[in-house]
Amino acid sequence: MRRARLALLLLLVICFTLAVCLQPRLAARDAAGQDSENTLALLLGDGRQMMADRLLGKADAYFHSGKYPSIFEQNAAPEENHMAAAASGHEDHDEDHDEHEALPPAHDWIEAFGRHFIPTKHVHLEGGNEREMLPWLRLSIELDPKEIQTYLTTAYFLGDRLGKWDEAEQLLREGLKANPNSPNLLNALAHAEFESRHDLARARNIWSIALHRWHDVEEPKPEKTETGEGQRNMFLLEEILGGLVKVELAAGHLDKALEYMKILKANAAHPEGVQRQIDALQAKINAGAGQTK
Amino acid sequence: MSKIFAVAGVVIRELYRRKDFYVLFILTVLITLLMASVHFFHDDRIVRFVKEMCLILIWLSALVIAVTTAARQIPMERENRTIFPLLAKPIARWQVLLGKYLGCWLASGAALVVFYVFFAAVSASREHSLPLASYFQALWLHWQMLGIVIALTILGSVALSPAANVTIVFIISLGILFMGKYLNMVAQRMTGPSGTLLSALYFAIPHLEFFDVRILIIHGWTTPIPWADVLLATIYGFAYSAFFLAAACLVFRRKALN
Repeated sequence: MRRARLALLLLLVICFTLAVCLQPRLAARDAAGQDSENTLALLLGDGRQMMADRLLGKADAYFHSGKYPSIFEQNAAPEENHMAAAASGHEDHDEDHDEHEALPPAHDWIEAFGRHFIPTKHVHLEGGNEREMLPWLRLSIELDPKEIQTYLTTAYFLGDRLGKWDEAEQLLREGLKANPNSPNLLNALAHAEFESRHDLARARNIWSIALHRWHDVEEPKPEKTETGEGQRNMFLLEEILGGLVKVELAAGHLDKALEYMKILKANAAHPEGVQRQIDALQAKINAGAGQTK
Repeated sequence: MSKIFAVAGVVIRELYRRKDFYVLFILTVLITLLMASVHFFHDDRIVRFVKEMCLILIWLSALVIAVTTAARQIPMERENRTIFPLLAKPIARWQVLLGKYLGCWLASGAALVVFYVFFAAVSASREHSLPLASYFQALWLHWQMLGIVIALTILGSVALSPAANVTIVFIISLGILFMGKYLNMVAQRMTGPSGTLLSALYFAIPHLEFFDVRILIIHGWTTPIPWADVLLATIYGFAYSAFFLAAACLVFRRKALN
């Protein structure tokens, strides 16, 4: 009996010692805010990214009100993610709607008959209905917080399409916490500050940091790659410089805006368009100088 | 016919005495309300996500109710030895099977009505609209799909053990729902006899996806499906149910019961 009591006491001491050793570690992990992420990583592993991709696809399916190709059909005819394209400003796919309207001929009567029970019209959510995609985008971010494109897409729909600038800003800051050096997220955050709060000083500061980050992150990359993956993002540089031009114009700093325009021209895909803007701005500056004299 | 209805009546009474339906319905209600209470980005007008979750739960619950109810009918009668007094009455074996089928199908229909009324209430509370025709079509087609699954389960229940039957029917039903319509597409990329076999399978299986119009009601495609197509789908469903029931009757006719 005495021996059993001693064994029980020993077990209690071991339990207490282990608790004392492990508790600070657990607390430190919780404080680092990695608890939920680690649990998800532990449970799902790399499957997290796959699931996040599927959820992003689900959001795109919602964007099309349910008309969306399955993985089999996607393999047969690769289709871009219209939701992400809309968010990044590449909305020229609208011109292809007629092409999407006409479904390819059915292979057999089962496929032909089945089309009566699924959406066959190509439409995009609009007029505030874009909110319906938000749950899937949020879940996709939760599963893969390192996927910058999902933050950008969600922030675009929250801010530009639904006017929820506060939520967009909060999300982008959350994204920056998970991806601290992303010039893409900084550019989107500056855009949100400029469009929602018209806080020119803050927008200018964030765009300037974005420009520095772009040089740090993008400049070491090759200008062109065979697949296009991993190549330098010149479109982003144009956006950042364009943002700085907008801020300086809004602040009335025309000389500074002209300076940024010249840098923009040197990096633009269509320099002739930028040159026209430079000429117009130069004329404005000259006219202003003439009036002052 | 009255004998078939008498057997069916017993099955229906059994469903509302058992707890399966109530448990699944309460779970569906609780999970749907929980989903509805979650606000993404402080937006309380999101409705399609809630509708999708609710419909997934309804489809799962209905499938569980239909398959488990149908799968236990004949094995339970045999296990309890009540099949002998039942067949001692002036009733043919095919009438027993048909009565069991009808009972399960009607009971599943009654359960579906309750589920869809709840769905319509949730949807209307958020969307402030009630496309009754579309919801009726969804319910009707769902019910026809359950008819095929119940007939398949009855066939399995006279040929297989209950556990094997339930597992196989679940796998087949979910497999057809998710993959059925793509089999031919996959078969076209295959060469040799495997492609031909898969293509034959594609034409042979009942295409349950015809009856799944969830996507239309989730995304608010409020224009109802042409009624002629609903009628054709119904005939298609009846044909497959009849085929599986006929096969079940053939197997059951020669089956030793002890």
